[in-house]
Amino acid sequence: MATEVHAAEGATGYIIHHLTPLHFGEGFWTLHLDTLFFSAFLGGLFIWFFKTAAEKATSGVPGLVQNFAEMLIEFVDSQVKDSFHGKSKLIAPLALTIFCWVFLFNFMDLFPVDILPSIGSAMGIQYLRVVPSTDLNATFAMSISVFCLIIFYSIKIKGPWGFAKELMFQPFGPWLLPFNLLLKLVEEIAKPISLALRLFGNLYAGELIFILIALLPWYIQPVLSFPWAIFHILIITLQAFIFMVLTIVYLSMAHEDH
Amino acid sequence: MSINFTLIGQMITFALLVWFTMKYIWPPLFDSLEERKKKIADGLAAAEKGQEEILLAEKRAKVVLKEAKEQSSEIVNLAQKRANEIVEESKGSAKKEGDRLIVAAKAQIEQEIQQAKEGLRQEVASLALSAAEQILSAEIDKTRHQDIISKVSNQL
Repeated sequence: MATEVHAAEGATGYIIHHLTPLHFGEGFWTLHLDTLFFSAFLGGLFIWFFKTAAEKATSGVPGLVQNFAEMLIEFVDSQVKDSFHGKSKLIAPLALTIFCWVFLFNFMDLFPVDILPSIGSAMGIQYLRVVPSTDLNATFAMSISVFCLIIFYSIKIKGPWGFAKELMFQPFGPWLLPFNLLLKLVEEIAKPISLALRLFGNLYAGELIFILIALLPWYIQPVLSFPWAIFHILIITLQAFIFMVLTIVYLSMAHEDH
Repeated sequence: MSINFTLIGQMITFALLVWFTMKYIWPPLFDSLEERKKKIADGLAAAEKGQEEILLAEKRAKVVLKEAKEQSSEIVNLAQKRANEIVEESKGSAKKEGDRLIVAAKAQIEQEIQQAKEGLRQEVASLALSAAEQILSAEIDKTRHQDIISKVSNQL
């Protein structure tokens, strides 16, 4: 088992090895190849599945694929309709993409921790971290994109002056302008950071616990990893859902004119 | 952990995914959903309408049936009346015919009586003539009546 393979490096070495991405380049110009590959691959999977459903979409009796796709679409659409009252062609597809992509990211967590890295090392890849959402770059990429959209829509809907007024004069009126500004800036900046860190933290911790369980003797592993995996099914769906819902809420806040 | 250029790559991937979903995935699926929703709503409305129509048709059928019953009873009544009339009529005509026959028979009887009377009269006349002839032949006397005969023969 893995424990024996990495025995020479010790438990710490095993953990670090599992959490080190396959990287390329130096400093800021480093690329995490595994994150990029798996996220693109999972994105492709998502696109392929939904594209298949969309191509065969009929208003008649739906097939299995279409049924499932429609279930997700209706689920996302009802979430969007619940919190977002404006009209936007972007928000619902954005929410769907986020939900599915994040879910697929997180789903990689349910593969036994050693399987894919073992296959990778057999193919000569030294480091492989398969869960993209345990990479801050992946979570921040989404949350910063969402943040850009929040800023974009805030300015588009309220106008530059309206947005500036909201930043300066709320919530305490014009006499406390610097205080308002500080508060608002923190509030705005907290959005992407909390989005990204929440997802990252949950998945990183979850993956770490899987790795720790994998370090235990083989006869204890199933007892612990089985319930943790079951629990994780809830976690990964919940995290994907939270990311999606918060995105919708933030964007609907950006659309609301005071 | 470090933020690095991967972030940019991920953002690009994310943007592409969102764009693709928005352009090619969401609209057809969502449209088909909406269309099906509309179809189902239409179907339900049609079903409801059909039910209403059935109720209406049933009502109409009841009315028609009632009318038909009324009509049929009317027809039966009329027929009965007509039958009675016919019976009455035929009774009347039969009586008339009988009367006529009686009258004719009476006339014939009268005629036959007359004929019989006539026959009898002729018979009586001939009988009287022959009786008279016999009486005459018995009474005749050549000598007494010689001069009458000679007178007649003289006139020739």
